[in-house]
Amino acid sequence: MAEIVIKAEKLTKRFGDFIAANEITFDVYAGEIFGFLGANGAGKTTAMRMLCGLSTPSSGKAIIAGFDIYKQTESIKKNIGYMSQKFSLYEDLTVIENITFFGGIYGLSDKEIKEKSEILIQQLGLQGVTKKLVGSLPLGWKQKLSFSVAVLHEPKIVFLDEPTGGVDPVTRRQFWDLIYEASDKGITIFVTTHYMDEAEYCNRISMMVDGVVKALDTPSNLKQEFAAGTMDEVFFELARGAKRKGD
Amino acid sequence: MKQFLTFVRKEFYHVFRDSKTMLMLFGLPIAQITLFGFALTNEIKDSKIVICDYAKDEASQQITYKLAASNNFSIEESLLSHQQIEEAFKAGKIKLAVVFPVNFTYDLLHLNTAQVQLIADAADPNTGSTLTTYATSIIRDYQQDVLQSKSLPLSITTEIRMLYNPELKGVTNFVPGVMALVLMLVCVLMTSVSIVKEKEMGTMEVLLVSPFNPFLVILSKAVPYFALSLINLSVILLLSVFLLDMPINGSVVLLFAESSLLIVTSLALGLLISNSTASQQTAMLLSLMGLLVPTMLFTGFMFPLENMPMPLQVIANLVPAKWYYIIVKSIMIKGLGFSSIWKETLILVGMTTFLLVVSFKKFKIRLG
Amino acid sequence: MHDVVLDKIRKTYNKNSLVAVDNVSLSVNKGELFGLIGPDGAGKTSIFRILTTLLLPDGGNASVSGYDVVKDYKIIRNHVGYMPGRFSLYQDLSVEENLNFFATLFGTTIKENYDLIKEIYVQIEPFKTRRAGKLSGGMKQKLALCCALIHRPTVLFLDEPTTGVDTVSRKEFWEMLKRLKSQGITIMVSTPYMDEATLCERIALIQSGKILSINTPANVIAQFPQNLFAIKSTNMSGLLKDLRDFGNIESCNAFGEYHHITLSDESDATQHELKTYLESKQHENIVLQSTTPTIEDCFIQLMNNQDGGNSN
Repeated sequence: MAEIVIKAEKLTKRFGDFIAANEITFDVYAGEIFGFLGANGAGKTTAMRMLCGLSTPSSGKAIIAGFDIYKQTESIKKNIGYMSQKFSLYEDLTVIENITFFGGIYGLSDKEIKEKSEILIQQLGLQGVTKKLVGSLPLGWKQKLSFSVAVLHEPKIVFLDEPTGGVDPVTRRQFWDLIYEASDKGITIFVTTHYMDEAEYCNRISMMVDGVVKALDTPSNLKQEFAAGTMDEVFFELARGAKRKGD
Repeated sequence: MKQFLTFVRKEFYHVFRDSKTMLMLFGLPIAQITLFGFALTNEIKDSKIVICDYAKDEASQQITYKLAASNNFSIEESLLSHQQIEEAFKAGKIKLAVVFPVNFTYDLLHLNTAQVQLIADAADPNTGSTLTTYATSIIRDYQQDVLQSKSLPLSITTEIRMLYNPELKGVTNFVPGVMALVLMLVCVLMTSVSIVKEKEMGTMEVLLVSPFNPFLVILSKAVPYFALSLINLSVILLLSVFLLDMPINGSVVLLFAESSLLIVTSLALGLLISNSTASQQTAMLLSLMGLLVPTMLFTGFMFPLENMPMPLQVIANLVPAKWYYIIVKSIMIKGLGFSSIWKETLILVGMTTFLLVVSFKKFKIRLG
Repeated sequence: MHDVVLDKIRKTYNKNSLVAVDNVSLSVNKGELFGLIGPDGAGKTSIFRILTTLLLPDGGNASVSGYDVVKDYKIIRNHVGYMPGRFSLYQDLSVEENLNFFATLFGTTIKENYDLIKEIYVQIEPFKTRRAGKLSGGMKQKLALCCALIHRPTVLFLDEPTTGVDTVSRKEFWEMLKRLKSQGITIMVSTPYMDEATLCERIALIQSGKILSINTPANVIAQFPQNLFAIKSTNMSGLLKDLRDFGNIESCNAFGEYHHITLSDESDATQHELKTYLESKQHENIVLQSTTPTIEDCFIQLMNNQDGGNSN
């Protein structure tokens, strides 16, 4: 069995008497593409923040990339990458400035940054636009660039929060090519999405409802279990009973 | 009309439900007035003064003793020439000089009137005025003593000279300044931010697509802030009358009418700012930088305008608060009527009309 | 009778350097549920803003209910309902206060048109004293729809009403739209979710400001020029790479459980050859079958076509 890179045990987050995440327990293996799904308000964001070391759990245990979620948040942050639909790159910096900046944040040396940015620019075919402001690039390019920047420091895990929202279907697929590539290199992918076809691309998916992990399995097993033809139906079956509706 | 009222009510909801807005609206003026108030009512002790005694006679000696006995003063030395006094002031060694002319006692006893000159450093106007008040009352005391022993009426007149700040801009001058500052800030900042907020939230889109007249959107935004500013003004005035003992010598109605004019000016300015900005931060920054600084600098209540270089004095004329400041001072302190301030009022009306026309012309009935 | 007409509408930003809407012509019939389908930045919002008189087009003509969007903007503003991309509600007002405000704004009352919004409003009524900012995405969406409907508009413009809302709420929302349609309201809705296209009567696929296709969803699918095959094996990401290296592959896209491919030669022999090729690449449990294209397949095909056309 592969190495466990995320181990969550009864991870709980309370806000007053509201339990946003209730005893979440799951393992994620190295190199896995792990889909983290749930309805609005199910507690996805809360759980993801805890796993990234941004928010301290109320109770429970978790080890991320070998580090304790309570005591070693700084080490966790060095070993993970993060990309969200909302914030990823500075629009008013050029492509190369963004790469240099984020490389610098993660403590890469100038030499490393130079080498890595050359490879990255080559891979994404951005040679002509390295001196252009990121804001002027098409959305699809930005998404791909920000993913590449998120894995620039070769983290063990990369957290992707709805990375493909609103992106055109062709770019969306190109984006998943990048995800596959990173996964092949051994980087663990932890991804949330609203597109149910993307759930199919994951090795395993978990479904959160009302702060609890309601289901966790491979897409095909889940479809079998719920006697559903598509992941969309599985999701609907699970989320339909949700009592909680908040963001 | 019902639409308009609903809109106005909505604006009030926004104001009352946002603690930051409430704080800005009412906390700011109260804090300003109280701060100035306390800063000004502090008693001054052991201020260094000099006595310049050309008379060196009985009366001058006795007054000097009385001054020395007061714990407000500590007499540094006795100087003789005006030039020495001037130098001591410039070096910041002394705060007040008391000058007795030759033949002081003789004048007092034989001509029944004598003069004392008080020269104060009014660079810090509050200290200056307080010190002269103390000195004057000590001299009055002495006068009372002499009166009791003599049968004839006699009097000592004090001639007060304020150095560096002859108009003595102090407590009474701060209140009009704070009024101008608060009204400008609150009105401009609040209107511009509240309009830009609707743009940011996307509600402006819905408002524009409704049959509601876009100009009424602006008008109904202005109404609550107009009303709140008047309440604000009342609070400032009450505080200054009861806390700072600041009199309102002129007509209160006229004061409110002129203040309303400045509020309209400010609302127009706020509208203009909101037209050309898309984010709340920009609107806030523009209002603060564009208004707070010029109002502080060019109104004349903090820094005397007449000491400024010519170009700055010209710029000061463009600041609405400057004219309002003159108007309020005339009404509150000098107790003058409309006939003496019509010129300033006219200038303010002109500015307001100009701002209103420009901002309504620039107001967009569409996006982008 | 058309309720919405766009004729060669063009809109540019940044001094003509960015073309957001590029000669778009389309028309929406009275009482139709029309979908504008495309990714972010395709020009959907610009089109909606032009139709709701919020933006002036740089070229072309457009009308809503027969009124010109430039000249007759005041009349249009009386008759349309508009729900912008972000749910434009006052976050610090309660559900009821929001609804009341918008009702009065349009010179009506909740009572007068309650029958129209009743079905939607009862779902959020239990929270009527709650501030809009404290509502979930799904409930905000419902409230925003109520606010857009409260004056009984003849044409309803919904700009990405389902973005950022989960599947369950999305399904409920489309049910609501169907019911509204049955009341005779013309609805123009935009969405980046291709799977929602089939819920519309007619759709326009839009990309980079250009219309790729306008038709009923069924016809868009019927016009897919080739046979489409679905293929899977145990190693899906490896399969994708290997497929791309196969000579007869024209297009190859991941589509959930299967990859969708088109072949330049659709004969049984080629299909067999493909299977043998994949087996030689150590793929197991290979399934290759014919499949019906989805709107997303069509969109990709049309997009690639257009790109190809541009580069030639």
